[in-house]
Amino acid sequence: MAAVRPKHLVLILAREFAENLATPTLITDERGVLVFYNEAADAIFGRSFAEAGETPLDDWAAQYSPRSLEDDQALPLERRPTGIALHERKPAHERFRITGIDGVVREVEVTAFPLFTHQDELVGTVTIFWRV
Amino acid sequence: MRLKIWGCRGSLPTPGIETVRYGGNTSCVEVTFDDGAVLVLDAGTGIRELGAELLQRGVRRLNLLLTHLHLDHLEGLRFFGPLWDDGVSVDIWGPSSPVTSLRDRISRSFSPPLFPLDLREVPAGLTFHDVPGAPWRLGSATVSAALVVHPGSTVGYRIETSEASFAYLPDHEPALAGGVAGKTLDWISGGAIAEGADLLLHDSQYSEDEYPRFVGWGHSSVADAVAYADAVGARRLLLFHHEPRHDDDSLDRLEARARELAARDGDGPTLAREGMVLELP
Repeated sequence: MAAVRPKHLVLILAREFAENLATPTLITDERGVLVFYNEAADAIFGRSFAEAGETPLDDWAAQYSPRSLEDDQALPLERRPTGIALHERKPAHERFRITGIDGVVREVEVTAFPLFTHQDELVGTVTIFWRV
Repeated sequence: MRLKIWGCRGSLPTPGIETVRYGGNTSCVEVTFDDGAVLVLDAGTGIRELGAELLQRGVRRLNLLLTHLHLDHLEGLRFFGPLWDDGVSVDIWGPSSPVTSLRDRISRSFSPPLFPLDLREVPAGLTFHDVPGAPWRLGSATVSAALVVHPGSTVGYRIETSEASFAYLPDHEPALAGGVAGKTLDWISGGAIAEGADLLLHDSQYSEDEYPRFVGWGHSSVADAVAYADAVGARRLLLFHHEPRHDDDSLDRLEARARELAARDGDGPTLAREGMVLELP
């Protein structure tokens, strides 16, 4: 069994922050692995994080078919805020469409930003889903 | 590996007849390895007496590992004898800052109006290092550092030889990051450095009654320290960073409370005392 990677303190504190927010919030590590989303996000995704577990972000997001509002075409990770925060290391904001596990189509408005430590090392991202 | 506690008081030196049994000097722990190499953890006021002894023993080279730069972990450095001997080399390790070097941050306490001399006037050979992100070797030991929950940039250390492991988290408030209940080790602040340690030295500044008034100050209650030791699977817990308002009798009561909370086989939690010596394993 592979050893569990310890989470950076910044991710531990981000999770504690997210757990106390009523705003749906999702956290990835620096590799793009979804490591946590809060209870408020359950309603958007249709299931709890305990059920979802740690998953590479793209595999996880594929279950929700993120699509452009303009043409309803699939929105690749590099055009979604979390992908931009991860790969371009800058904040990003976008509106797009998803289909939850419960089959409900939802329009979401998303802000993502990268998390850097003291040594300018990227340790993960925070993504916030605003109510539409 | 041999450990000696030169200071275990938190926040402020606390000399006086009410603190003679546990001691009043602030954080400083000496680690001596089988080959005679010396590593010092933190530079609270306890480091002054340690310095005199190191010079007497003829130690000319040592490593000083700072968890952070709050005064109670740094204020003894200016009075550390080996710094004032040009035949001594000291490697000083500490947490990084995004804007200021470790040397520049430490030099603030070596300048007027806080101190008459400048760090440039220190005759010993000083080398400053930001702690690496990955474990590194210091003589026969492997040292790991990880950021832990405490205001400002603060690290805990794990020191490991082929025979024993010791985790040092003197200032730590894991409760502020949601505590340890229901958490897997990877989500616990400092979990990777404290996991399964033969000895865990951990902050226990407050009683359970006191802690609610000091949430966010960066320290733990004795109950949180015991829960943390259990969560990381430490074999033995040494409670540290005693609150300045706690006299010897109240510290006795805290130790009794810690043992009651731990309720496990083997060595129960112990409060650190100045002058205490521990051999590991």
